Amino acid sequence: MSEVRALIVDDSTVMRKIVERALRQAGLDPLVVLEAGNGADGLELLKAGTVDLILSDINMPSMDGLEFLRQIRAQNLAPGVPVVMITTESSEEHVKQAILAGAQGYIRKPFTAEQVKERVLPLLEAA
Amino acid sequence: MACSLRESVHLVSDPRNLDASVDEVFQLMLGVDARRDAGPPEIEPELVTAVVGFGGLLSGACVFRTGGSAAMKIAACMTGMEFTEIDDTVKDGIGEICNMLAGAWKGKVPDLSANCGLSVPAVITGRDYNIHVQAPEFKLEHTYRFADACFAVTIVCDGIQ
Repeated sequence: MSEVRALIVDDSTVMRKIVERALRQAGLDPLVVLEAGNGADGLELLKAGTVDLILSDINMPSMDGLEFLRQIRAQNLAPGVPVVMITTESSEEHVKQAILAGAQGYIRKPFTAEQVKERVLPLLEAA
Repeated sequence: MACSLRESVHLVSDPRNLDASVDEVFQLMLGVDARRDAGPPEIEPELVTAVVGFGGLLSGACVFRTGGSAAMKIAACMTGMEFTEIDDTVKDGIGEICNMLAGAWKGKVPDLSANCGLSVPAVITGRDYNIHVQAPEFKLEHTYRFADACFAVTIVCDGIQ
């Protein structure tokens, strides 16, 4: 697989490391990871460079994941790049809001590396 | 139609939901079995406590409390790193465990999941403190153990609509 650049947005540094480890276990190699602690910082990283995949939490301070998604679309950042939400919020309403905001995938915390692989790889192959 | 949780308090306060949530989070994120322990939590001098608030049709909090050495063990299982002190990574990991427990717990009851939001976690470290909620609607307080580490999880509800 060619190099994958992934942006991981989560206010927890531990969770960002766990998601990165899951991506590596899914076979994404070589993998370049960009990290942001909230949506606003994620937007700045997207303005500065390109990525192939975005994984974002929803419940974050400063700018939450849904607003981050809306801003990505509104500012036409990362067109065609798959976005997967990784979050503790798992109700149908939250999933619906994420899909409406432009997410292509949804992973509920807690998760396994296998679940990350199942959700992410098809999206990368289709992109 | 307006939604109410009043009719389903028995489902929301079912203690099995808390046990199932702990089992799910510790199995999936740490790869360990956390077993319910009948006794009170062993008190270490240094405590690490994470709190995630509930808001919406149910108000209250999920409180995760453990000793310093257990907190470092939990963070080590999450990250694969070794810890010798309760640093920011350990605190962050404990906050995230509490966040996932709160999410998993409310996810057990669909109406609760859809109508109750979570705050971002707050983490407190120190010793000799108690968390007091006046006249809770219900309170679940369970102690768990994995390996030689012990922790307590409390769900306290101070309002339900």
